[in-house]
Amino acid sequence: MYKHDVLIIGAGLAGLRAAVEATRLGLDVAVISKVHPVRSHSNAAQGGINAPLTDRGDDWEGHALDTIKGSDYLADQDAVEIMSSEAGDAVIELERMGVIFSRGEDGRLGTRRFGGQLVARTFFVGAITGSAILHVLYEQALKHGLNVYEEWFVTDLIIEDGRCVGVVALDIKTGTLHSIWAKTVIMAAGGAGRVFEPSTNAIICTGDGLALAWRAGVPMMDMEMVQYHPTTLARTGILMSEAARGEGAHLLNSEGDRFMLKYAPQYEELASRDVVSRSEQTEINEGRGIDGNVLLDLRHLGREFIEDRLGYLQEVAVEFLGIDLAEQPVPVRPGVHYIMGGIKTDVNGATTVPGLYAAGECANVSVHGANRLGANSLLDTVVFGRRSAVHAADYIKSVDAGSGSDEHLNATKARIQSLMDREPNENWAAVRNYMANEMTKGIGVFRDQASMEGAKAAIRNVSERMPKIAIQNKGKVFNTDLIFTLEMEFMADVGKAIVHSALTRKESRGAHFRTDITERDDENWLKHTLAYHDPDNEDGVRVETSPVTITKWEPVKRVY
Amino acid sequence: MISKLKVSRFDPETMGAGQRRWDEFELDLHPSATVLDALIQIREEVDGTLSLRCACRASICGSCGMRVNGDAKLVCKTRIADVAEEGATIVIEPMGNHAVIKDLVVTLDAFFDKIRQVDPYLQPDAVPEKGEFVVNNDSMENLLTAMNCIMCGACVSDCTVLEVDEAFIGPAALAKAWRFVEDPRDDKRDERLEELNEVEGGIWDCTRCFKCVEVCPKDVAPMDRIMEMRDMAIEAGNRNTSGYRHTESFAKSVKKHGRLDEARLAVESAGYTNIPRLIDLAEIGVKSVLKGKMPPIVPHKADENEKITRIFERVESERNS
Repeated sequence: MYKHDVLIIGAGLAGLRAAVEATRLGLDVAVISKVHPVRSHSNAAQGGINAPLTDRGDDWEGHALDTIKGSDYLADQDAVEIMSSEAGDAVIELERMGVIFSRGEDGRLGTRRFGGQLVARTFFVGAITGSAILHVLYEQALKHGLNVYEEWFVTDLIIEDGRCVGVVALDIKTGTLHSIWAKTVIMAAGGAGRVFEPSTNAIICTGDGLALAWRAGVPMMDMEMVQYHPTTLARTGILMSEAARGEGAHLLNSEGDRFMLKYAPQYEELASRDVVSRSEQTEINEGRGIDGNVLLDLRHLGREFIEDRLGYLQEVAVEFLGIDLAEQPVPVRPGVHYIMGGIKTDVNGATTVPGLYAAGECANVSVHGANRLGANSLLDTVVFGRRSAVHAADYIKSVDAGSGSDEHLNATKARIQSLMDREPNENWAAVRNYMANEMTKGIGVFRDQASMEGAKAAIRNVSERMPKIAIQNKGKVFNTDLIFTLEMEFMADVGKAIVHSALTRKESRGAHFRTDITERDDENWLKHTLAYHDPDNEDGVRVETSPVTITKWEPVKRVY
Repeated sequence: MISKLKVSRFDPETMGAGQRRWDEFELDLHPSATVLDALIQIREEVDGTLSLRCACRASICGSCGMRVNGDAKLVCKTRIADVAEEGATIVIEPMGNHAVIKDLVVTLDAFFDKIRQVDPYLQPDAVPEKGEFVVNNDSMENLLTAMNCIMCGACVSDCTVLEVDEAFIGPAALAKAWRFVEDPRDDKRDERLEELNEVEGGIWDCTRCFKCVEVCPKDVAPMDRIMEMRDMAIEAGNRNTSGYRHTESFAKSVKKHGRLDEARLAVESAGYTNIPRLIDLAEIGVKSVLKGKMPPIVPHKADENEKITRIFERVESERNS
């Protein structure tokens, strides 16, 4: 029987940072991930990690206010204060672990500017910051001899007496199911971009962690807040980092105008992501786009600068589009990138289910509110990954392990067998592609009642088709057909929560911009939406609300 | 665009180890489609039993290493149009030098064991009391070459040494080792070099075939990193290896004769006191004589070999000054 003090689901930055902390605290720790740790999607974070370093003149309150303004005042300010004030130590610690952050002439860490901030406080490694940090955290995991269940897929959380005490998981390489018992489980399973199409997200970002926690009774908070990144490549949705604009790239419309000067006179191309995406979409909708895109122009930065500081962007532009950034602007458009919403947690990562913690993109603390600032996601992962481990370590002192019963395992075995036995009918991919396209149409950069109702109709259609999805591959070893079908079930849950939360919020705030209600309404809607799993309700979802924590920054009009 | 793919299939539940089956697919694809787009289309629309790994689709996660027309590649960044003329069949196989689990999925256990072997984490004697390590930015940028490695396994797949010598630490792990050897924050540089110099399968086992440099999708150029570590190891005083003696003897011979003295090279690489190896060499020598393949005991000189000698002398004096 597999048994640990702490089991962490997901091996990206949040998961590995939590694992390193829990290991340092002397606990028996294991990480479980459906992919090898270095394949995790934290890799894809390009531009950097924010930190107000007070020893060089920055102040954490400045970063906190930028974050809160970026969130359109939906972030909980106590959580933001923690993130901003712990940021400096978190980044210095990463450097000491071995991250090769770019430096200035004086040999100390250098910065670049990022969106929604006038101060340059984004620490970076070229345009591969996420990958560089992920590999270093993996090095630390190897140093500490961390247990990793590699390529194991979590199918269920084990809940006993209202407490999370482990998981049931499928070893993908053998096709066998196992129970893994743990006094506490930290969910760090990443985002859910695949609920939309196209998206910058990896094929593995299917909202597994969100859905698992949701089914266990934890609400998903502010799920309508879906970030459209302003610069993604047409067709594939591949990300072109905000670092390009941070280093001075311009956005141009079909007439060659820098249209952001009009929409955000002070911040220009570096306004918040929701603002830039809406501006681009407006240009495109008003006929000043180029085949549904605008242009990202780096030419004036010069070849040497582009290759030195943004090498990975050049690689992607050349390899995927055949465009040399030093010679030609690259067509980009808003694309689904990040989900601000997530499993509701407190500032220690604790959810409403004892024993279950969450950190990283799958969690919602909330520090991003209605719109996340670029380079705050990496910061979120390391600050709250660490905190969740510290708090979980304290929690397990007072609890016993779960029962060790085979009941949960047997239930999962039966469920999967019945999936495998279904007669050929629907195919998971057809259902996924349909849902993802409809979600993008309905829950877009701009949305209204009718578009959101359209998405609701689509998720109903999906719910009807789900029980008919049949698995073509009847084998056990590396049966990705089965994995994708289970992921589709997770995505369907996340889709429901997003649509119902979006329909609930009767205002425009941050990424949730309704063309039928264009104003922010602090009087009625300065609150979080909480989507609960509730089989007795319409589509199995019940949406409630809860107040936003304001400490010292009263909401004011948001202008860039 | 119509494309033809021939895909290597292996199912451990129905086939014996080492067996494979070839399946052919014809697909209608976007003109700028990648090999990964094609494989995803197969598994989503044609054959759900096809297993492969992929995640980011943007050449940063390292999941989708495979052989395309015989060479290891990341299929997400390999455009169909770049590897096949219209109508030609593209051959997709799992990577080499890794055991196949199913279809295009290989085990990377051995790969990561070798990464572990080089103690792949920063080992400073102490951390600064406050703040970050203060080091020159150029020394950090220098490391980016190796930090670009995404551990896809392509270099290991096509490494010609690993084909015959499983002990070789291999290009990926040695590039990782270089990353720490070159990091000014690491205080175990000498120990690392000594270990890599002496251990079985270390830096001297590379045959400089260039294959890893050719196939690396992230321009890590592992072989160059290995060669740099050889120089560093020698400079750090690690000279008691056949690799070092080989280099010295090679250079000495070319300097003196303008060409290679193969007989002497073999003996000097082994070392004059390495009796067991010299006995082996004697055996090889006898066989070579019998087959008429023995190199001349007194080497022929190249025409105008004094010029070559002068080149050596000039390089040596420049290096010393």
